[in-house]
Amino acid sequence: MTTAAAPSPFPEALKNAFVTALIALGLAAPMMGLVTVQVGGDLGLEPHCPRVAIAVALVFVGRLILNLTIWRPGRVKKVTAISPKTERLLSKTARYLAPAAVAFAIILPFLPGVGRGQIDLGILVLTYVMLGWGLNIVVGLAGLLDLGYVAFYAVGAYSYALLAQNFGFSFWLCLPLAGILAALWGVMLGFPVLRLRGDYLAIVTLAFGEIIRLVLLNWQWFTGGPNGIGGIPKPSFFGIDFKTGPDGFAATFGLTFSPLHRIIFMYYLILALALITNYFVIRLRRLPIGRAWEALREDEIACRSLGVNTVNTKLTAFALGAMFAGFAGSFFATRQGFISPESFVFMESALILAIVVLGGMGSQFGVAVAALLMIGGFEWFREFQDYRLIIFGLVMVLIMVWRPRGLVSSRSPSVFLKEKKAISGSLVQEGHG
Amino acid sequence: MTALLSLEGVTAYYGSIAALKGVDVEVSEGEIVTLIGANGAGKSTLMMTIFGSPQARDGRIVYDGRDITRTPMHEIARLKIAQSPEGRRIFPRMSVLENLKMGAAVTQFAHYDEDLERMFAIFPRLKERAAQRGGTLSGGEQQMLAIARALMSRPRLLMLDEPSLGLAPLVAKQIFSVVKELNEKDGLTVFLVEQNAYHALKLAHRGYVMVNGKITMSGGGRELLEKPEVRAAYLEGGR
Ligand SMILES: Nc1ncnc2c1ncn2[C@@H]1O[C@H](COP(=O)(O)OP(=O)(O)OP(=O)(O)O)[C@@H](O)[C@H]1O
Ligand SMILES: [Mg+2]
Repeated sequence: MTTAAAPSPFPEALKNAFVTALIALGLAAPMMGLVTVQVGGDLGLEPHCPRVAIAVALVFVGRLILNLTIWRPGRVKKVTAISPKTERLLSKTARYLAPAAVAFAIILPFLPGVGRGQIDLGILVLTYVMLGWGLNIVVGLAGLLDLGYVAFYAVGAYSYALLAQNFGFSFWLCLPLAGILAALWGVMLGFPVLRLRGDYLAIVTLAFGEIIRLVLLNWQWFTGGPNGIGGIPKPSFFGIDFKTGPDGFAATFGLTFSPLHRIIFMYYLILALALITNYFVIRLRRLPIGRAWEALREDEIACRSLGVNTVNTKLTAFALGAMFAGFAGSFFATRQGFISPESFVFMESALILAIVVLGGMGSQFGVAVAALLMIGGFEWFREFQDYRLIIFGLVMVLIMVWRPRGLVSSRSPSVFLKEKKAISGSLVQEGHG
Repeated sequence: MTALLSLEGVTAYYGSIAALKGVDVEVSEGEIVTLIGANGAGKSTLMMTIFGSPQARDGRIVYDGRDITRTPMHEIARLKIAQSPEGRRIFPRMSVLENLKMGAAVTQFAHYDEDLERMFAIFPRLKERAAQRGGTLSGGEQQMLAIARALMSRPRLLMLDEPSLGLAPLVAKQIFSVVKELNEKDGLTVFLVEQNAYHALKLAHRGYVMVNGKITMSGGGRELLEKPEVRAAYLEGGR
């Protein structure tokens, strides 16, 4: 063999690992090395060296191993793009995957071993799937970075709670009202931010979300302030309540009463709402307005020069996105029976946005998978309360490293000549196109 | 001949900097009019000012007997003026077909299928690439797409900003001959901004020369081509 005497990568790797370990030391020393303790009524700090040592050693060894294996210099990097063939296969299976997932969701409550806990989790996941699909209109399609989406969720929830409490309106009447009110707020947010894009838009929407929350918190006589609103009525099944009496759901249908009936009903309700959202978003994408959203995301000036009224286009995106959050919000209110501003913090907006981004902006199926992963994962790790956010962050970073454009990054065009062709997202450079 | 488009004393500013300092231009129906000038002269600004961004501060822009000086851009587009702007500005993540469909939005897709066939006949390359992302097309293909997208709106007036930029001479020639054909066959009025003064002036019926935000010369295309000042400044001593 005639290998050129390549310089040993070892010293370089060692040096690099050492630097990394130093950074780890800098981070770990204050964060893990100092523990707050009670010192006779006062708060004191106690150094905790072994923990720091272990952390630093782990980082050093880990980095060294990585440097000598995966990150070895000169290692031929595999093209991360999935080959067109597999991409085609994936999109083919994806076509069956989505109906399969819907079918699974429909039979879920009756599968053996599925109890109240699982159905509750299903309701939670579906709520976020719906929110993700709604936000997808604003962020994924229209490209407007909205960090205050939870505000519309809150508007929907409070609309239902207040209308039901003050006027005794039923859920079925409030649902559209909540959607309309949320859409109005969407337009209201839309107007001042018409000229903003990217970072600036993100900051204003973030502020908007906080303002709504603070108003809910401080408008004591109207919203109940921090005490929230309780005793929110449950929806009926086309006028039949879920109760024990002779005119209850169970008696009417000749079943023995079980509190599970209502839970299952709630599950199907949110499933239906989510599927309606999905249907609308898919339809909208094929309409001129949907194409205008996508074009707007790409190039606003070009859009206007083609006769697109960008003001209306943006406002419709905000309004429709908000409307679906409003629907989801009134569902949330009726499911919980109690709402308070605490349910509508920035973390929720961040979570929904993370679902959209991780799912691959614009991909409906990806968003659903991301919601399942994030919310399901979140619940799964409930026992490790303290580490949940760390794991959450880690998973996000890993997904973004592995698939920088989200789980499902191929975007299928909305206009075809003869056959559908998915455009692979991984073949296009980041930041462009 | 009455003018389809006329500008009278148009000025435009970027902040406090004047980019156009009183421009008079006329384009008659069925004409090809070209605007040439050095980098930074204000050619692209003039084209965008006609489209309302930046809006003209003084002066009047009249199109088809209608004052459009203060009309918003999207409404101007609905008056059957189309442009292929500087830098092409196609939608990079959308497919070629979607880009073309966006172009037909102003006509409510009334002639979409028919026009699509026509575009594919003019630019067969676009048909081959119909499902490809706009952003992954070559420069020349992108230029074809930008022009085709503009044509999808069935304009009366087509404005092109440097369609030959960055194209191989042969492709540039092809684009120019397409423009000529559209003008001769369909009577399309064309306003052409170009760096490639030789080809532009040869193609155009009339031309304007812009220096520093002002029109300094105008005349027939061939006539300008013969002028020593034009030859010296824009044709590197002729070809
Ligand atoms: N958005 C803007 N903000 C500030 N100044 C601008 C802006 N756009 C253009 N300018 C300035 O206006 C002047 C005219 O620019 P314009 O783009 O119209 O030139 P041009 O004739 O098209 O040049 P080129 O042939 O290089 O495209 C230039 O000095 C330019 O720097
Ligand atoms: Mg220019």
